[in-house]
Amino acid sequence: MKPQNDKTGLIVPDVARRRLIAGLATGFGALGASVLLGGCDRLVTSDAAQRVVGSTQKLTQAAQRLVASRESLAREFDASQIAPTFRTNGTTNPQQAAYRRLLADGFSDWQLRVGGLVERPASFSLAALKAMPSRTQITRHDCVEGWSCIGQWTGVPLTQILDAVRPQDAARYVIFHCADHVYGAATPYYESLDMVEAHHPQTILAYGLNRQTLPVANGAPLRLRAERQLGYKQAKYLMQIELVDSFASIQGGKGGWWEDRGYQWWAGI
Amino acid sequence: MALSIDNPTDSAIDTHASAGSDLPVRSAVIKRHGVFTRIWHWVNALCLLVLLMSGLQIFNAHPALYWGHGSTFAHPVLAIGAYRAADGQPVGTLDIGHHRFITTGVLGVSSDNGQTVARAFPSWATLPGSQWLSLGREWHFTAAWVFTAMLVSYLIYSVISGRRRRLIAPTSRDARTFGHAIVEHLRFRFERVRHYNPLQKLTYLAVLFGLLPLMIATGLSMSPTMDAAWPWLPAVLGGHQSARTLHFISAFLLFGFFLVHVALVLVSGLFNNLRSMTTGGYRIADASEDESNRQGKRRS
Repeated sequence: MKPQNDKTGLIVPDVARRRLIAGLATGFGALGASVLLGGCDRLVTSDAAQRVVGSTQKLTQAAQRLVASRESLAREFDASQIAPTFRTNGTTNPQQAAYRRLLADGFSDWQLRVGGLVERPASFSLAALKAMPSRTQITRHDCVEGWSCIGQWTGVPLTQILDAVRPQDAARYVIFHCADHVYGAATPYYESLDMVEAHHPQTILAYGLNRQTLPVANGAPLRLRAERQLGYKQAKYLMQIELVDSFASIQGGKGGWWEDRGYQWWAGI
Repeated sequence: MALSIDNPTDSAIDTHASAGSDLPVRSAVIKRHGVFTRIWHWVNALCLLVLLMSGLQIFNAHPALYWGHGSTFAHPVLAIGAYRAADGQPVGTLDIGHHRFITTGVLGVSSDNGQTVARAFPSWATLPGSQWLSLGREWHFTAAWVFTAMLVSYLIYSVISGRRRRLIAPTSRDARTFGHAIVEHLRFRFERVRHYNPLQKLTYLAVLFGLLPLMIATGLSMSPTMDAAWPWLPAVLGGHQSARTLHFISAFLLFGFFLVHVALVLVSGLFNNLRSMTTGGYRIADASEDESNRQGKRRS
């Protein structure tokens, strides 16, 4: 192709404009053609592509664990920054008969069972949990969808519960079994943390929100707060805690209800 | 040796006198871009395409932007939505502050495989095409890793490489010819010379050292673990939701850069520009003037 230039070495303006128009037309044409073909989307959603892009979460987790120390705290806010209403999503009013019965009695019969790979399995009533040393923190909840909400949580640091039941050396994950069935799913909600996140000082089992008893919409009687993780880790309507060496045999085997549906187990990003 | 790709000799591949010319003007092909720049450019272009389209997929999960730490749901800075008009027809909307724009067909309401669907960005703009947040996130983070690793190495290379410095570092001559460069751009007149013009230098510097690092910084501060590790990051960006808004704005500034970049590549010599970014060769209009400008740096 011979460059079109005059003696001064400048591109002739008219030629340049014609080229711009032709180029833009070609560009839009190509875009339209690629949309029609849709072959790109088949590649993007293929099993092989999903395996490749899914594997980078291990890199992300390793990198984030490298820069965030075990103890590094999520920012805590002032009371003036608390959102007027704490947004709810997922299940906001579980309809399971067992849960309705517990709710009707003000959770007086509710017990948090803690078992699995522990030396001393135990159950905790709500009153027993409230009698333990508590932590109150005003933190930001970041939903995987992209919104954030600031609330004040009061609860028992999970470390205290773990100290009471004494995890065995083989225990690698803490599983949180819930009462709710999200979107009418056949199996109840569940989540998991590894021991680093479980022992984090801001990881608490919360029974209070904004100085009130935790409302049903936000997970009454007890929910998890793991403040360095996204919202789907913050399991609501807790019924049972189980320590395991692997979550491969639990429900879909990915360590959580959303994880079984394609979301990353590492919810730090 | 790694730096050998940055051989500063720039030996001319060929020179010839332009035919039919009264004046002895000689054009010549110089080596404009080193191999690392060329590889970086194309991998980066692919990464940015994946990042933009998967980013729009992620945005669609909650198509509203806020300012501050948390979301002020009733008062978004920007929101894309849909409603059903009195006649039952779906209407797509873009709200920026208090201004509402009807965007049916593109934003809010669009067509997907012949079906009219309510979604913020249309399926042809998102990756994957269907509403699939988890997979969009995985593509986004994978491309972000490649993009970040490439950008960090490229910025280091840009600072230490003589060729890159000579090409993009502003000089006092650039300050003097700045007005001239603007006038020439407005007249769609583009000189084919060895060095970037002042507008090119400023744009590339702002994108390389401003916009692209800002994408990474705002992206990182949307991670709750990163916020705990580096609490100063969301703080300097005005909060977590502000960072998300800045991430979105920066992405569209980059897209604007892309449009202008492609338009200018087209009008200033498509073949010559593409060649300089594939084989590295770039034909300059007047080799003799170039030689005198370079003050004897050339060896051949």
